[in-house]
Amino acid sequence: MNQGYSKKVLEYFLNPKNLGEVKNPDGVGRAGNPVCGDVMEVQIKVREGKISDIKFKTFGCAAAIASSNVLAEIVKNKPLENAREATYKEVLKELGDLPPLKHHCAILAVQCLKKAIEDYEEKLQRNN
Amino acid sequence: MRKIYFDNAASTRVDERVIRAMEPYFGSKYGNASSIHGFGREAKEAIENARKIIAKRIGARAREIIFTSGGTEGNNFVLKGLFFSNYPRKNHIITSKIEHDCILNACKWLESLGARVTYLDVDKEGFIDLEQLEKAINERTFLVSIMQANNEVGTIQNLKAIGEICKKRGVLFHTDACQSFTKVPLDVNKMNLDLVTLNSHKIHGPKGVGAVYIREGIKITPLLHGGGHEKGLRSGTENVSGIVGFGKAVEISSRKDVEKMEKLRDILIEGILKIPNVKLNGPKGEKRLCNNVNVCFNDIEGESIGGYLESKGIFVSTGSACASHTLASSHVLRAMGLSPQQINSSIRISISRYTSEEEVRYFLKVLPKIVKKLRRFSALR
Ligand SMILES: Cc1ncc(COP(=O)(O)O)c(C=O)c1O
Ligand code: FES
Repeated sequence: MNQGYSKKVLEYFLNPKNLGEVKNPDGVGRAGNPVCGDVMEVQIKVREGKISDIKFKTFGCAAAIASSNVLAEIVKNKPLENAREATYKEVLKELGDLPPLKHHCAILAVQCLKKAIEDYEEKLQRNN
Repeated sequence: MRKIYFDNAASTRVDERVIRAMEPYFGSKYGNASSIHGFGREAKEAIENARKIIAKRIGARAREIIFTSGGTEGNNFVLKGLFFSNYPRKNHIITSKIEHDCILNACKWLESLGARVTYLDVDKEGFIDLEQLEKAINERTFLVSIMQANNEVGTIQNLKAIGEICKKRGVLFHTDACQSFTKVPLDVNKMNLDLVTLNSHKIHGPKGVGAVYIREGIKITPLLHGGGHEKGLRSGTENVSGIVGFGKAVEISSRKDVEKMEKLRDILIEGILKIPNVKLNGPKGEKRLCNNVNVCFNDIEGESIGGYLESKGIFVSTGSACASHTLASSHVLRAMGLSPQQINSSIRISISRYTSEEEVRYFLKVLPKIVKKLRRFSALR
């Protein structure tokens, strides 16, 4: 593609495994980028303090789709406190970098996940 | 994997006959057209032949055609050249919100020098409003510049009607015909056109060459000063091979090509609109450029659609912010009233005389699957 994407980005983009919905999610996060107009939503399932399932829904470019996929892979089966610390740099590293103009796509994925974790914790508190 | 090129509004494959016509002007007929010896005369003749062909195609006289380096230069020359020859007595330009960037950015720059510019609105199909145009003309207006066909959505403006208004009100009329040249009839007299911008690489000619038509008697300041080429309006040794190629490309373009493209365009539109929740951007039928299709897929993003299509060997273009170098979305679709999300969900498919029905059918076979897949995981659903 014209954007100078790495092979890995293209592979995640064309064969996304972590896109869709999880059943009865425990936390949901939504984030949008006002500049490019794109939107992501992530749903997580939490078991014993770990993210047991995670799926993104992405309205965005190839970099956004690839980033959300990779982030899901990075944090799957990780304890929440670790998942919360995931950074867009890790996403970039796993993807073999993105063009500078597309770094915000990875940032969007990370923001989205943070919101889902917050959502989960808020729900937890309310139920206690 | 085979490649299906559906981005002919961006540029086209150079026709074999054009390449053959150009070839001698590299290795053997390489003279400078200004030289008075045989090599020079040979080059000069070739240029004048191309000039005649191009002039004839738009109902102009050969001496009213000036060769340039392409559409961008042509449009810059017209706007700036006329501004410099009219300012400060007159300073007002009327154009539209859907012009090519080379018009809009030249206008913006001229505004910083004291020009006043009116950017006409367009309706949801991309047509300007003739009443708004007429009302915008004032005693300081020197130019109306409206493109003949839009590069993104293929809307063809009514140049005849615009020309009548300009003539009645005594202002110059320019059109950027880069997308429409040889595809839509253009007659400088019937349409009262004073200036026209043309280029070669959209019609299976080489890149980096174009022409402007300037009605005889119009005063315009050159952008390039030098040895006085092109009647002193555009100095610089002529791009002989490019000009020859441009002339050949015009010569071999035909009405038959247009009819073929129209037919394939309509198969494409009909096929794409069978997908649920898809909308055509721009008009249908004869007011649409024969090679343009632009559709909004709702809920999925243009760059992604383009990426999936590319993985199937199909090359299209998108107005999506994500796919642009600046994350700015299409100003054309915006002016037509599309929401940012609709703009980001739109792609352009532009065909050429080389496009086959089989390619169109293949595209229509793979597209619905891609749309379905991307919609399944869209955050907007
Ligand atoms: C409508 C229009 N005007 C101007 C241009 C610029 O022409 P060029 O690429 O020859 O500079 C283009 C194409 O890019 C165009 O589509
Ligand atoms: S999400 Fe819009 S550019 Fe990537």
